[in-house]
Amino acid sequence: MLCIEGIRKVFNPGTINEKVALSGLSLTLEDGDFATIVGSNGAGKSTLFNAIAGSFYVDEGFIELDGKDITYEKEHRRSQYIGRLFQDPLMGTAPHMTIEENLAIAYLRASADKKPFSRITAQDREKFREQLSLLHMGLEDRMKNPVGLLSGGQRQALTLLMATMVTPKILLLDEHTAALDPATAAKVLELTAKIVSERRITCLMVTHNMTQALEMGNRTLMMDGGRIVFDVKGAERSSMTVDDLLKKFEQNTGGTLDNDRILLSTEEGV
Amino acid sequence: MFLTAQIIQTAIETGLIYGLVALSLFISFTILDVCDLSTDGCYTLGCAVGVMVAMTGHPVLALFASMGAGILSGFIVGQLQTTFRVPSILAGIIVNTGLYTINLAVMGFKSNVALFGTDTVFSLFRGLSDSAFWKEWSNLILLLLITGAICAALHWFLGTRLGLSVRATGDSAAMVRASSINPGFMIVLGLCLSNALTGLAGSLIGQYNKMSDINLGTGMVTIALASLIIGTSFSSRSIHMMWKIISVMIGSILYRFIISIALRLNVPTEAFKLVSALIVAAAIMAPQIRSMVAVRRRQTAEIRQRRAVLEERRAGGPAAEGGTETGKIAEKNGGPSAEGTAVRQTAEKDGRSISTHSREPGTEESRQKGGQD
Repeated sequence: MLCIEGIRKVFNPGTINEKVALSGLSLTLEDGDFATIVGSNGAGKSTLFNAIAGSFYVDEGFIELDGKDITYEKEHRRSQYIGRLFQDPLMGTAPHMTIEENLAIAYLRASADKKPFSRITAQDREKFREQLSLLHMGLEDRMKNPVGLLSGGQRQALTLLMATMVTPKILLLDEHTAALDPATAAKVLELTAKIVSERRITCLMVTHNMTQALEMGNRTLMMDGGRIVFDVKGAERSSMTVDDLLKKFEQNTGGTLDNDRILLSTEEGV
Repeated sequence: MFLTAQIIQTAIETGLIYGLVALSLFISFTILDVCDLSTDGCYTLGCAVGVMVAMTGHPVLALFASMGAGILSGFIVGQLQTTFRVPSILAGIIVNTGLYTINLAVMGFKSNVALFGTDTVFSLFRGLSDSAFWKEWSNLILLLLITGAICAALHWFLGTRLGLSVRATGDSAAMVRASSINPGFMIVLGLCLSNALTGLAGSLIGQYNKMSDINLGTGMVTIALASLIIGTSFSSRSIHMMWKIISVMIGSILYRFIISIALRLNVPTEAFKLVSALIVAAAIMAPQIRSMVAVRRRQTAEIRQRRAVLEERRAGGPAAEGGTETGKIAEKNGGPSAEGTAVRQTAEKDGRSISTHSREPGTEESRQKGGQD
């Protein structure tokens, strides 16, 4: 269970560039919740993810995960139980290292007790191969290839595998299919839905696609000005159409974001 | 003989020692992707500590003492970079400057210290046998053993979970943070390792030359970078870590050969730093120059070809050798034009219909016809 209480983050405080990125945001996610987040650029979606993942400490408020206060825990410590995917497929993997080596590093999270000087064993290799075959991309036969040779879609699928190899307490997906072509994006999304539902992972997903926002997961959040302005789930959500959501969007953002409307409505159907 | 056996042997021996410094930069520069400019000072530190400890009669201990001193220096550079967020270039320069005084202090505030009458690892190793062969080659064999062991150990380390984490830190910091690895710790660890090698190289050169000098390390980072760049040019496409490591050593030996050749060409020793700088610049510029030359060569070839086509036409022989498409069109129109106006007019229509397809040939061809009239 993720519990965020009144977090606030101001960038460049006291300067002309001062920007309130999160203004007293509160959010509670139940175990197994899969929430999608929509919001225009600058609404604070990525900042929220950075706050949860620990890229910076928040100025006010606290963050609790499974009953443990992680507000001041270091980023690399949190990543032991927080999985994260970025929009840029290049960010989640090490391009000059082989698929096998990348997986071994991701697997470190499960094997913190293992000796630092241990090497990749045949047993590990078998496990990696098994996991890779679930992606249906033929990567299990290319384990000695550097990841830099893979396509963006393959890399993102691999990153997804790495992030969920050890089941995380929460998975943060920051527009992880936005840089992929429609067919690949659909495939990665399908894979995401499969892994998340099979393992009942609590998940937050940022998307700019309104259809996705309503179809994926069981809850939809809308962000504006650094806080959550709309939160829908259950029957109300299932009866909602894309148009309803867009109307809400206009209401909540003061109806001034015509550009966003165009952007969002043309992005449907992926 | 231009290069005597003695010169070649010395080049390989010093190449192996300097190769350790190149390996040190391989760790910091290539693997960790950080700039560690403390190499000069750390190398002298290794030499000073090595000579001072060897002087007390413990040449083998001296090697480890120098490595320890290198680790300390690397630790400080690493801490400055990670915990205190000093930009990596600056961190190296600061430590390098500070080390000058430290090095003087280690040598008892003298600018050079000589090893007289005490054993070195080389003299100990040479004493193992009395044969003439051994007397001549023992230095080389010892250095091959030491560097071989270091290469093997480094290769082994980079394959362990800890080594993989160090490599990933330089490759994708975001990924490392997402994998519960502390990138700061990995950078410090990598720099400790890297500077341990620099310290060891300093210790070896001190015992090899039987002296330590405060200015010994000046320009070392440039020399090591040159070796590294020459070396990695062999292995840039390889994914085998062992080959990458060995190629760095080969690069260092090649660099010593270049210097030996410069020596034989009677380049004055005062000019050596300039020669080193030129070699480094040349090695770094080489790939870019090669691609620039390739583009230029293609350009001139194509321009020549186009000019040839134009000249052919101007010579009134568009029908002569129309290899290109424009040539063919010109041939089509130009051929009948000699026979009569009526035919030419139909041909002209023909030409226009073609010119709607591709504008460029059409305009050229009409210009040509104007010339004919």
